[in-house]
Amino acid sequence: MIELDNIAYSYGGGELLSEISLKLAPGSFHFLTGPSGSGKTTFLKLCYGALVPTAGTVQLFGKDVRDMDRDDHAMARRRIGVVHQDCQFLDHLPLRENVSLPLTVSGRDSLEQNTNLKELLHWVGLGNRASALPPELSGGERQRAALARAVIMSPEVVLADEPTGNVDWEMSQRLLQLLVELNRMGKTIVIATHDMNLIRSAKNHVQTRVLRISNRKLQLAGADL
Amino acid sequence: MSVFVGDAQADRVVPPTGFTARLTLFAAGAMAFLTVFALALSLASGRLAVRWGDELAQSSTLRISAPSEQLQAQTILALRVLESTPGIASARALSAEEQRGLLAPWFGPDLPVETLPIPQLVEILETEEGYDAAGLRLRLAAEVPGAVLDDHARWREPLERAAGRLRLLGWVSIALIGATTAAMITLAANAALAANAQVISVLRLIGAQDGYIARAFVRRFTVRAFLGAAIGTFLGAGAIYLLPEAQDEAGFLTGLGFVGAGWFLPVLIPPIAGFVAYAATGAAARRTLRGLS
Repeated sequence: MIELDNIAYSYGGGELLSEISLKLAPGSFHFLTGPSGSGKTTFLKLCYGALVPTAGTVQLFGKDVRDMDRDDHAMARRRIGVVHQDCQFLDHLPLRENVSLPLTVSGRDSLEQNTNLKELLHWVGLGNRASALPPELSGGERQRAALARAVIMSPEVVLADEPTGNVDWEMSQRLLQLLVELNRMGKTIVIATHDMNLIRSAKNHVQTRVLRISNRKLQLAGADL
Repeated sequence: MSVFVGDAQADRVVPPTGFTARLTLFAAGAMAFLTVFALALSLASGRLAVRWGDELAQSSTLRISAPSEQLQAQTILALRVLESTPGIASARALSAEEQRGLLAPWFGPDLPVETLPIPQLVEILETEEGYDAAGLRLRLAAEVPGAVLDDHARWREPLERAAGRLRLLGWVSIALIGATTAAMITLAANAALAANAQVISVLRLIGAQDGYIARAFVRRFTVRAFLGAAIGTFLGAGAIYLLPEAQDEAGFLTGLGFVGAGWFLPVLIPPIAGFVAYAATGAAARRTLRGLS
Protein backbone atom coordinates (compact mmCIF):
# COMPACT_ATOMS: atom_id res chain seq x y z
CA MET A 1 0.00 0.00 0.00
CA ILE A 2 2.38 2.73 1.26
CA GLU A 3 5.93 1.64 1.91
CA LEU A 4 8.87 3.80 2.95
CA ASP A 5 12.27 2.15 2.73
CA ASN A 6 15.20 3.81 4.50
CA ILE A 7 14.20 7.26 3.31
CA ALA A 8 15.79 10.60 4.09
CA TYR A 9 14.55 14.08 3.27
CA SER A 10 16.69 17.19 3.21
CA TYR A 11 15.47 20.75 2.92
CA GLY A 12 17.45 23.98 2.76
CA GLY A 13 20.76 22.20 3.21
CA GLY A 14 19.73 20.39 6.39
CA GLU A 15 18.46 16.85 6.82
CA LEU A 16 14.92 16.84 8.23
CA LEU A 17 14.23 13.11 8.19
CA SER A 18 16.68 10.23 8.07
CA GLU A 19 16.76 6.43 7.95
CA ILE A 20 12.99 6.03 8.07
CA SER A 21 11.35 2.79 7.08
CA LEU A 22 7.66 2.04 7.49
CA LYS A 23 5.09 -0.18 5.88
CA LEU A 24 1.45 0.81 6.35
CA ALA A 25 -0.57 -2.37 6.55
CA PRO A 26 -4.20 -2.35 5.35
CA GLY A 27 -6.61 -1.54 8.17
CA SER A 28 -3.93 -0.30 10.56
CA PHE A 29 -4.30 2.80 12.74
CA HIS A 30 -1.21 4.94 13.34
CA PHE A 31 -0.55 8.06 15.32
CA LEU A 32 2.47 10.14 14.42
CA THR A 33 3.79 12.41 17.14
CA GLY A 34 6.73 14.65 17.70
CA PRO A 35 7.48 18.24 18.63
CA SER A 36 6.55 21.11 16.34
CA GLY A 37 8.96 21.29 13.41
CA SER A 38 10.06 17.69 13.83
CA GLY A 39 8.84 16.83 10.32
CA LYS A 40 5.40 15.29 10.84
CA THR A 41 3.83 17.19 7.94
CA THR A 42 6.86 16.43 5.74
CA PHE A 43 6.52 12.77 6.63
CA LEU A 44 2.85 12.76 5.61
CA LYS A 45 3.67 14.55 2.36
CA LEU A 46 6.24 11.86 1.62
CA CYS A 47 3.52 9.28 2.28
CA TYR A 48 1.22 10.64 -0.40
CA GLY A 49 3.88 11.59 -2.93
CA ALA A 50 3.68 15.37 -2.58
CA LEU A 51 7.40 15.25 -1.75
CA VAL A 52 10.06 12.92 -3.13
CA PRO A 53 12.66 11.62 -0.65
CA THR A 54 16.24 12.70 -1.16
CA ALA A 55 17.36 9.16 -0.35
CA GLY A 56 15.61 5.81 -0.12
CA THR A 57 12.37 4.86 -1.82
CA VAL A 58 8.68 5.49 -1.27
CA GLN A 59 6.30 3.09 -2.93
CA LEU A 60 2.64 3.99 -3.39
CA PHE A 61 0.53 0.98 -4.25
CA GLY A 62 3.54 -0.82 -5.64
CA LYS A 63 5.01 2.06 -7.64
CA ASP A 64 8.15 4.03 -6.79
CA VAL A 65 7.19 7.71 -6.57
CA ARG A 66 10.26 8.58 -8.63
CA ASP A 67 8.84 6.60 -11.54
CA MET A 68 5.39 8.12 -11.28
CA ASP A 69 4.30 10.89 -13.63
CA ARG A 70 1.71 13.52 -12.68
CA ASP A 71 -1.20 11.36 -13.81
CA ASP A 72 0.07 8.46 -11.71
CA HIS A 73 0.25 10.80 -8.72
CA ALA A 74 -3.31 11.96 -9.37
CA MET A 75 -4.51 8.35 -9.51
CA ALA A 76 -2.66 7.51 -6.27
CA ARG A 77 -4.24 10.49 -4.52
CA ARG A 78 -7.69 9.20 -5.34
CA ARG A 79 -6.77 6.19 -3.19
CA ILE A 80 -5.33 8.32 -0.36
CA GLY A 81 -7.57 10.76 1.45
CA VAL A 82 -5.67 13.70 2.93
CA VAL A 83 -6.93 16.02 5.68
CA HIS A 84 -4.75 19.10 5.97
CA GLN A 85 -4.50 21.12 9.14
CA ASP A 86 -5.66 24.22 7.20
CA CYS A 87 -8.25 22.13 5.31
CA GLN A 88 -7.63 23.82 1.92
CA PHE A 89 -11.04 24.47 0.40
CA LEU A 90 -12.09 26.38 -2.69
CA ASP A 91 -13.68 29.36 -0.98
CA HIS A 92 -15.95 30.24 -3.92
CA LEU A 93 -17.72 26.87 -3.86
CA PRO A 94 -20.39 25.84 -1.32
CA LEU A 95 -19.59 23.04 1.07
CA ARG A 96 -21.41 20.34 -0.92
CA GLU A 97 -19.34 21.11 -4.04
CA ASN A 98 -16.10 21.24 -2.07
CA VAL A 99 -16.80 17.88 -0.47
CA SER A 100 -17.80 16.27 -3.77
CA LEU A 101 -14.83 17.77 -5.63
CA PRO A 102 -12.86 14.49 -5.70
CA LEU A 103 -15.86 12.84 -7.43
CA THR A 104 -16.16 15.77 -9.84
CA VAL A 105 -12.52 15.67 -10.92
CA SER A 106 -12.62 11.90 -11.34
CA GLY A 107 -15.63 12.18 -13.64
CA ARG A 108 -18.20 10.36 -11.48
CA ASP A 109 -21.79 11.03 -12.49
CA SER A 110 -23.88 13.51 -10.55
CA LEU A 111 -26.39 10.91 -9.29
CA GLU A 112 -23.61 8.97 -7.61
CA GLN A 113 -22.21 12.23 -6.28
CA ASN A 114 -25.54 13.27 -4.75
CA THR A 115 -26.14 9.89 -3.12
CA ASN A 116 -22.67 9.71 -1.59
CA LEU A 117 -22.69 13.32 -0.62
CA LYS A 118 -25.96 13.31 1.32
CA GLU A 119 -24.93 10.29 3.35
CA LEU A 120 -21.48 11.65 3.97
CA LEU A 121 -22.56 15.13 5.06
CA HIS A 122 -25.10 13.54 7.40
CA TRP A 123 -22.38 11.21 8.76
CA VAL A 124 -20.06 14.13 9.63
CA GLY A 125 -22.99 16.15 11.00
CA LEU A 126 -23.00 18.80 8.27
CA GLY A 127 -26.23 17.87 6.53
CA ASN A 128 -27.73 21.29 7.21
CA ARG A 129 -24.59 23.21 6.14
CA ALA A 130 -24.35 21.95 2.56
CA SER A 131 -24.93 25.37 1.01
CA ALA A 132 -22.53 27.28 3.27
CA LEU A 133 -19.32 28.68 1.84
CA PRO A 134 -16.07 27.56 3.55
CA PRO A 135 -15.38 30.98 5.13
CA GLU A 136 -18.79 30.71 6.85
CA LEU A 137 -17.86 27.45 8.61
CA SER A 138 -16.45 27.11 12.12
CA GLY A 139 -13.10 25.41 12.75
CA GLY A 140 -14.77 22.13 13.71
CA GLU A 141 -17.09 22.23 10.71
CA ARG A 142 -14.15 22.83 8.41
CA GLN A 143 -12.26 19.87 9.86
CA ARG A 144 -15.29 17.59 9.49
CA ALA A 145 -15.85 18.85 5.95
CA ALA A 146 -12.19 18.17 5.13
CA LEU A 147 -12.58 14.65 6.49
CA ALA A 148 -15.73 14.13 4.42
CA ARG A 149 -13.89 15.29 1.30
CA ALA A 150 -10.96 13.00 2.12
CA VAL A 151 -13.15 9.92 2.32
CA ILE A 152 -15.79 10.56 -0.37
CA MET A 153 -13.80 8.50 -2.89
CA SER A 154 -13.67 5.65 -0.37
CA PRO A 155 -9.87 5.72 -0.25
CA GLU A 156 -7.79 2.89 1.17
CA VAL A 157 -5.70 5.24 3.33
CA VAL A 158 -6.58 8.42 5.21
CA LEU A 159 -3.73 10.73 6.23
CA ALA A 160 -4.74 13.49 8.64
CA ASP A 161 -2.41 16.30 9.64
CA GLU A 162 -3.40 17.74 13.04
CA PRO A 163 -7.11 17.21 12.33
CA THR A 164 -8.02 18.39 15.82
CA GLY A 165 -5.57 21.28 15.93
CA ASN A 166 -8.17 24.04 15.80
CA VAL A 167 -11.11 22.51 17.61
CA ASP A 168 -12.24 22.06 21.19
CA TRP A 169 -12.11 18.78 23.13
CA GLU A 170 -15.68 17.81 22.33
CA MET A 171 -15.16 18.33 18.61
CA SER A 172 -11.82 16.52 18.64
CA GLN A 173 -13.59 13.51 20.18
CA ARG A 174 -16.26 13.68 17.46
CA LEU A 175 -13.56 13.75 14.75
CA LEU A 176 -11.67 10.91 16.40
CA GLN A 177 -14.88 8.90 16.47
CA LEU A 178 -15.31 9.42 12.73
CA LEU A 179 -11.74 8.27 12.07
CA VAL A 180 -12.21 5.21 14.27
CA GLU A 181 -15.39 4.37 12.32
CA LEU A 182 -13.44 4.64 9.08
CA ASN A 183 -10.78 2.32 10.47
CA ARG A 184 -13.48 -0.18 11.37
CA MET A 185 -14.54 -0.05 7.72
CA GLY A 186 -11.05 -1.28 6.84
CA LYS A 187 -9.35 2.01 6.04
CA THR A 188 -5.75 2.61 7.04
CA ILE A 189 -5.48 5.71 9.18
CA VAL A 190 -2.44 7.86 9.94
CA ILE A 191 -2.96 10.88 12.18
CA ALA A 192 -0.18 13.37 12.83
CA THR A 193 -0.80 15.10 16.14
CA HIS A 194 0.91 16.46 19.18
CA ASP A 195 -2.28 15.98 21.25
CA MET A 196 -1.45 13.15 23.66
CA ASN A 197 -4.96 13.19 25.11
CA LEU A 198 -6.34 12.37 21.67
CA ILE A 199 -4.00 9.39 21.40
CA ARG A 200 -4.93 8.13 24.88
CA SER A 201 -8.58 8.52 24.05
CA ALA A 202 -8.18 6.61 20.79
CA LYS A 203 -6.52 3.71 22.56
CA ASN A 204 -9.81 3.10 24.37
CA HIS A 205 -11.58 2.45 21.06
CA VAL A 206 -9.08 0.99 18.63
CA GLN A 207 -5.74 -0.78 18.44
CA THR A 208 -3.23 1.88 17.48
CA ARG A 209 0.44 2.11 16.77
CA VAL A 210 2.11 5.30 17.96
CA LEU A 211 5.16 6.55 16.09
CA ARG A 212 7.31 9.43 17.17
CA ILE A 213 9.69 11.52 15.08
CA SER A 214 12.67 12.39 17.20
CA ASN A 215 16.09 13.54 16.06
CA ARG A 216 15.10 13.04 12.41
CA LYS A 217 14.30 9.38 13.01
CA LEU A 218 11.03 7.51 13.35
CA GLN A 219 10.65 5.55 16.58
CA LEU A 220 7.97 3.37 17.99
CA ALA A 221 6.49 5.04 21.06
CA GLY A 222 4.01 3.69 23.51
CA ALA A 223 5.40 3.01 26.96
CA ASP A 224 4.75 6.57 28.11
CA LEU A 225 1.24 6.73 26.68
CA MET B 1 -16.77 21.27 -29.53
CA SER B 2 -16.45 19.84 -26.00
CA VAL B 3 -14.70 23.10 -25.15
CA PHE B 4 -18.00 24.92 -25.63
CA VAL B 5 -20.30 22.24 -24.27
CA GLY B 6 -18.03 21.78 -21.25
CA ASP B 7 -18.89 20.39 -17.87
CA ALA B 8 -20.87 22.86 -15.79
CA GLN B 9 -19.66 21.41 -12.51
CA ALA B 10 -16.04 21.19 -13.62
CA ASP B 11 -16.16 24.77 -14.89
CA ARG B 12 -16.96 26.00 -11.41
CA VAL B 13 -13.66 24.86 -9.91
CA VAL B 14 -11.97 27.95 -11.35
CA PRO B 15 -13.12 31.15 -9.58
CA PRO B 16 -15.35 32.97 -12.03
CA THR B 17 -14.32 36.61 -12.00
CA GLY B 18 -11.25 38.79 -11.91
CA PHE B 19 -9.47 41.20 -14.17
CA THR B 20 -8.27 38.40 -16.45
CA ALA B 21 -11.88 37.78 -17.53
CA ARG B 22 -12.36 41.42 -18.44
CA LEU B 23 -8.91 41.60 -20.09
CA THR B 24 -9.63 38.56 -22.26
CA LEU B 25 -13.06 39.82 -23.28
CA PHE B 26 -11.74 43.28 -24.07
CA ALA B 27 -8.62 42.07 -25.91
CA ALA B 28 -10.58 39.57 -28.01
CA GLY B 29 -13.28 42.14 -28.75
CA ALA B 30 -10.88 44.92 -29.72
CA MET B 31 -8.76 42.61 -31.84
CA ALA B 32 -11.81 41.19 -33.61
CA PHE B 33 -12.99 44.74 -34.32
CA LEU B 34 -9.60 45.56 -35.88
CA THR B 35 -9.57 42.26 -37.76
CA VAL B 36 -12.86 43.16 -39.44
CA PHE B 37 -11.27 46.35 -40.75
CA ALA B 38 -8.08 44.61 -41.84
CA LEU B 39 -10.17 41.97 -43.59
CA ALA B 40 -12.28 44.64 -45.29
CA LEU B 41 -9.11 46.45 -46.38
CA SER B 42 -7.63 43.28 -47.73
CA LEU B 43 -10.75 42.29 -49.66
CA ALA B 44 -11.26 45.83 -50.98
CA SER B 45 -7.69 46.05 -52.24
CA GLY B 46 -8.13 42.65 -53.85
CA ARG B 47 -11.20 43.91 -55.67
CA LEU B 48 -9.30 47.06 -56.64
CA ALA B 49 -6.45 45.05 -58.14
CA VAL B 50 -8.89 42.93 -60.14
CA ARG B 51 -10.81 45.99 -61.29
CA TRP B 52 -7.72 47.87 -62.36
CA GLY B 53 -6.44 44.80 -64.12
CA ASP B 54 -9.75 44.16 -65.89
CA GLU B 55 -10.34 47.76 -66.90
CA LEU B 56 -6.88 48.42 -68.23
CA ALA B 57 -5.88 45.00 -69.49
CA GLN B 58 -6.42 44.04 -73.15
CA SER B 59 -6.99 47.59 -74.19
CA SER B 60 -4.64 50.24 -75.51
CA THR B 61 -4.88 53.77 -76.75
CA LEU B 62 -3.30 55.30 -79.78
CA ARG B 63 -2.81 59.04 -79.65
CA ILE B 64 -2.35 60.79 -82.99
CA SER B 65 -0.95 64.29 -82.88
CA ALA B 66 -0.72 66.02 -86.22
CA PRO B 67 -1.61 69.34 -87.86
CA SER B 68 -5.37 69.52 -88.25
CA GLU B 69 -5.26 69.10 -92.05
CA GLN B 70 -3.32 65.83 -91.69
CA LEU B 71 -5.09 64.47 -88.67
CA GLN B 72 -7.85 62.61 -90.50
CA ALA B 73 -5.46 61.10 -93.06
CA GLN B 74 -3.10 59.91 -90.33
CA THR B 75 -6.03 58.47 -88.41
CA ILE B 76 -7.17 56.46 -91.42
CA LEU B 77 -3.61 55.30 -91.99
CA ALA B 78 -3.23 54.29 -88.35
CA LEU B 79 -6.51 52.36 -88.40
CA ARG B 80 -5.28 50.43 -91.45
CA VAL B 81 -2.06 49.58 -89.68
CA LEU B 82 -3.97 48.47 -86.60
CA GLU B 83 -6.46 46.37 -88.56
CA SER B 84 -3.62 44.49 -90.20
CA THR B 85 -1.77 43.87 -86.94
CA PRO B 86 -2.14 40.35 -85.48
CA GLY B 87 -3.49 40.33 -81.93
CA ILE B 88 -5.73 43.37 -82.34
CA ALA B 89 -9.43 42.53 -82.23
CA SER B 90 -10.72 45.97 -83.12
CA ALA B 91 -9.67 49.58 -83.35
CA ARG B 92 -11.84 52.63 -83.62
CA ALA B 93 -11.32 56.36 -83.52
CA LEU B 94 -13.19 58.11 -80.73
CA SER B 95 -15.79 60.57 -81.89
CA ALA B 96 -15.57 64.26 -81.01
CA GLU B 97 -18.44 63.66 -78.60
CA GLU B 98 -16.55 60.90 -76.79
CA GLN B 99 -13.37 62.99 -76.59
CA ARG B 100 -15.39 65.88 -75.21
CA GLY B 101 -16.81 63.51 -72.58
CA LEU B 102 -13.32 62.50 -71.53
CA LEU B 103 -12.23 66.11 -71.10
CA ALA B 104 -15.45 67.30 -69.49
CA PRO B 105 -14.36 66.57 -65.88
CA TRP B 106 -11.47 69.03 -66.34
CA PHE B 107 -12.79 71.65 -68.77
CA GLY B 108 -16.55 71.45 -68.44
CA PRO B 109 -19.21 70.13 -70.86
CA ASP B 110 -19.15 72.99 -73.38
CA LEU B 111 -15.59 72.54 -74.59
CA PRO B 112 -15.33 73.21 -78.39
CA VAL B 113 -13.16 70.19 -79.14
CA GLU B 114 -13.19 70.82 -82.88
CA THR B 115 -11.47 74.19 -82.53
CA LEU B 116 -8.71 72.98 -80.25
CA PRO B 117 -5.52 71.17 -81.31
CA ILE B 118 -6.50 68.03 -79.46
CA PRO B 119 -4.95 64.75 -80.57
CA GLN B 120 -7.20 62.08 -82.04
CA LEU B 121 -7.61 59.06 -79.75
CA VAL B 122 -8.01 55.54 -81.11
CA GLU B 123 -9.30 52.80 -78.83
CA ILE B 124 -7.63 49.43 -79.43
CA LEU B 125 -9.08 46.17 -78.10
CA GLU B 126 -6.75 43.20 -78.06
CA THR B 127 -7.43 39.53 -78.65
CA GLU B 128 -6.68 36.98 -75.87
CA GLU B 129 -3.18 36.50 -77.24
CA GLY B 130 -2.45 40.25 -77.42
CA TYR B 131 -0.22 42.01 -79.92
CA ASP B 132 3.47 42.72 -80.22
CA ALA B 133 3.66 46.25 -78.81
CA ALA B 134 7.31 46.80 -79.79
CA GLY B 135 6.67 45.71 -83.38
CA LEU B 136 3.56 47.87 -83.65
CA ARG B 137 5.46 50.91 -82.37
CA LEU B 138 8.10 50.41 -85.05
CA ARG B 139 5.45 50.16 -87.80
CA LEU B 140 3.62 53.22 -86.51
CA ALA B 141 6.83 55.19 -86.29
CA ALA B 142 7.48 54.38 -89.93
CA GLU B 143 3.97 54.86 -91.30
CA VAL B 144 2.18 57.26 -88.91
CA PRO B 145 4.87 59.47 -87.37
CA GLY B 146 2.44 61.42 -85.21
CA ALA B 147 1.04 58.30 -83.44
CA VAL B 148 1.98 57.35 -79.91
CA LEU B 149 0.91 53.93 -78.60
CA ASP B 150 -0.05 53.66 -74.96
CA ASP B 151 -0.57 50.00 -74.00
CA HIS B 152 -1.48 50.98 -70.37
CA ALA B 153 1.27 48.77 -68.99
CA ARG B 154 3.00 51.65 -67.29
CA TRP B 155 -0.28 52.52 -65.52
CA ARG B 156 -1.59 49.11 -64.84
CA GLU B 157 1.47 47.41 -63.39
CA PRO B 158 2.25 49.88 -60.58
CA LEU B 159 -1.44 50.16 -59.72
CA GLU B 160 -1.83 46.39 -59.55
CA ARG B 161 1.41 46.17 -57.58
CA ALA B 162 0.16 48.80 -55.11
CA ALA B 163 -3.17 47.05 -54.74
CA GLY B 164 -1.38 43.74 -54.19
CA ARG B 165 0.82 45.30 -51.51
CA LEU B 166 -2.22 46.79 -49.85
CA ARG B 167 -3.88 43.39 -49.80
CA LEU B 168 -0.71 41.82 -48.39
CA LEU B 169 -0.62 44.55 -45.75
CA GLY B 170 -4.17 43.63 -44.78
CA TRP B 171 -3.28 39.95 -44.33
CA VAL B 172 -0.09 40.83 -42.42
CA SER B 173 -2.22 43.04 -40.17
CA ILE B 174 -4.60 40.14 -39.56
CA ALA B 175 -1.66 37.85 -38.70
CA LEU B 176 -0.24 40.48 -36.32
CA ILE B 177 -3.64 40.97 -34.70
CA GLY B 178 -3.91 37.19 -34.26
CA ALA B 179 -0.43 37.01 -32.70
CA THR B 180 -1.22 39.96 -30.40
CA THR B 181 -4.49 38.31 -29.36
CA ALA B 182 -2.60 35.11 -28.56
CA ALA B 183 0.02 37.05 -26.57
CA MET B 184 -2.57 38.98 -24.56
CA ILE B 185 -4.64 35.88 -23.82
CA THR B 186 -1.46 34.03 -22.82
CA LEU B 187 -0.64 36.86 -20.41
CA ALA B 188 -4.16 36.79 -19.00
CA ALA B 189 -4.04 32.99 -18.69
CA ASN B 190 -0.66 33.12 -16.95
CA ALA B 191 -1.99 35.73 -14.54
CA ALA B 192 -5.10 33.62 -13.87
CA LEU B 193 -3.02 30.48 -13.30
CA ALA B 194 -0.66 32.34 -10.95
CA ALA B 195 -3.58 33.88 -9.06
CA ASN B 196 -5.16 30.44 -8.72
CA ALA B 197 -2.11 28.56 -7.45
CA GLN B 198 -4.08 27.66 -4.33
CA VAL B 199 -6.94 26.27 -6.42
CA ILE B 200 -4.47 24.19 -8.43
CA SER B 201 -2.88 22.94 -5.21
CA VAL B 202 -6.28 21.85 -3.82
CA LEU B 203 -7.26 20.17 -7.08
CA ARG B 204 -4.03 18.22 -7.17
CA LEU B 205 -4.45 17.24 -3.53
CA ILE B 206 -7.80 15.62 -4.26
CA GLY B 207 -6.55 13.73 -7.31
CA ALA B 208 -7.25 16.02 -10.27
CA GLN B 209 -5.08 15.27 -13.27
CA ASP B 210 -3.21 18.19 -14.83
CA GLY B 211 -5.21 17.70 -18.03
CA TYR B 212 -8.43 18.30 -16.08
CA ILE B 213 -7.03 21.43 -14.42
CA ALA B 214 -5.72 22.76 -17.74
CA ARG B 215 -9.06 22.09 -19.45
CA ALA B 216 -10.93 24.04 -16.77
CA PHE B 217 -8.81 27.12 -17.52
CA VAL B 218 -8.63 26.58 -21.29
CA ARG B 219 -12.41 26.20 -21.59
CA ARG B 220 -13.01 29.40 -19.68
CA PHE B 221 -10.55 31.46 -21.75
CA THR B 222 -11.73 29.95 -25.02
CA VAL B 223 -15.35 30.83 -24.29
CA ARG B 224 -14.40 34.34 -23.16
CA ALA B 225 -12.29 34.94 -26.28
CA PHE B 226 -15.10 33.61 -28.49
CA LEU B 227 -17.69 35.87 -26.87
CA GLY B 228 -15.37 38.91 -26.91
CA ALA B 229 -14.54 38.30 -30.57
CA ALA B 230 -18.23 37.84 -31.43
CA ILE B 231 -19.05 41.22 -29.88
CA GLY B 232 -16.05 42.89 -31.56
CA THR B 233 -16.92 41.35 -34.92
CA PHE B 234 -20.54 42.44 -34.65
CA LEU B 235 -19.50 46.02 -33.85
CA GLY B 236 -16.80 46.04 -36.55
CA ALA B 237 -19.14 44.67 -39.21
CA GLY B 238 -21.76 47.21 -38.13
CA ALA B 239 -19.25 50.04 -38.47
CA ILE B 240 -18.26 48.82 -41.94
CA TYR B 241 -21.93 48.57 -42.94
CA LEU B 242 -22.50 52.16 -41.85
CA LEU B 243 -19.55 53.54 -43.82
CA PRO B 244 -20.68 55.88 -46.64
CA GLU B 245 -20.83 54.14 -50.00
CA ALA B 246 -18.36 55.13 -52.75
CA GLN B 247 -19.98 57.67 -55.09
CA ASP B 248 -19.80 57.59 -58.87
CA GLU B 249 -17.41 60.53 -58.81
CA ALA B 250 -15.03 58.41 -56.79
CA GLY B 251 -15.65 55.34 -58.91
CA PHE B 252 -11.95 54.67 -59.15
CA LEU B 253 -12.15 53.54 -55.51
CA THR B 254 -14.45 50.64 -54.67
CA GLY B 255 -14.93 51.67 -51.08
CA LEU B 256 -13.83 49.88 -47.89
CA GLY B 257 -16.32 47.15 -47.18
CA PHE B 258 -17.62 43.71 -47.91
CA VAL B 259 -19.46 42.68 -51.04
CA GLY B 260 -21.88 39.78 -51.42
CA ALA B 261 -20.57 36.57 -49.84
CA GLY B 262 -17.69 38.60 -48.40
CA TRP B 263 -20.05 39.54 -45.56
CA PHE B 264 -19.83 35.94 -44.31
CA LEU B 265 -16.06 36.11 -43.82
CA PRO B 266 -16.21 38.08 -40.52
CA VAL B 267 -18.34 35.21 -39.15
CA LEU B 268 -15.12 33.17 -39.11
CA ILE B 269 -13.39 35.62 -36.75
CA PRO B 270 -14.95 34.47 -33.42
CA PRO B 271 -14.22 30.75 -33.99
CA ILE B 272 -10.67 31.59 -35.06
CA ALA B 273 -10.25 33.81 -31.97
CA GLY B 274 -11.60 30.94 -29.86
CA PHE B 275 -9.10 28.56 -31.45
CA VAL B 276 -6.23 31.03 -30.87
CA ALA B 277 -7.28 31.33 -27.21
CA TYR B 278 -7.60 27.55 -26.93
CA ALA B 279 -4.07 27.01 -28.25
CA ALA B 280 -2.52 29.91 -26.30
CA THR B 281 -4.18 29.05 -22.98
CA GLY B 282 -3.46 25.35 -23.42
CA ALA B 283 0.25 26.03 -23.94
CA ALA B 284 0.33 28.47 -21.00
CA ALA B 285 -1.52 26.05 -18.70
CA ARG B 286 0.71 23.09 -19.57
CA ARG B 287 3.83 25.22 -19.05
CA THR B 288 2.60 26.63 -15.72
CA LEU B 289 1.41 23.27 -14.38
CA ARG B 290 4.76 21.69 -15.28
CA GLY B 291 6.48 24.47 -13.33
CA LEU B 292 4.30 24.12 -10.22
CA SER B 293 5.57 21.52 -7.77
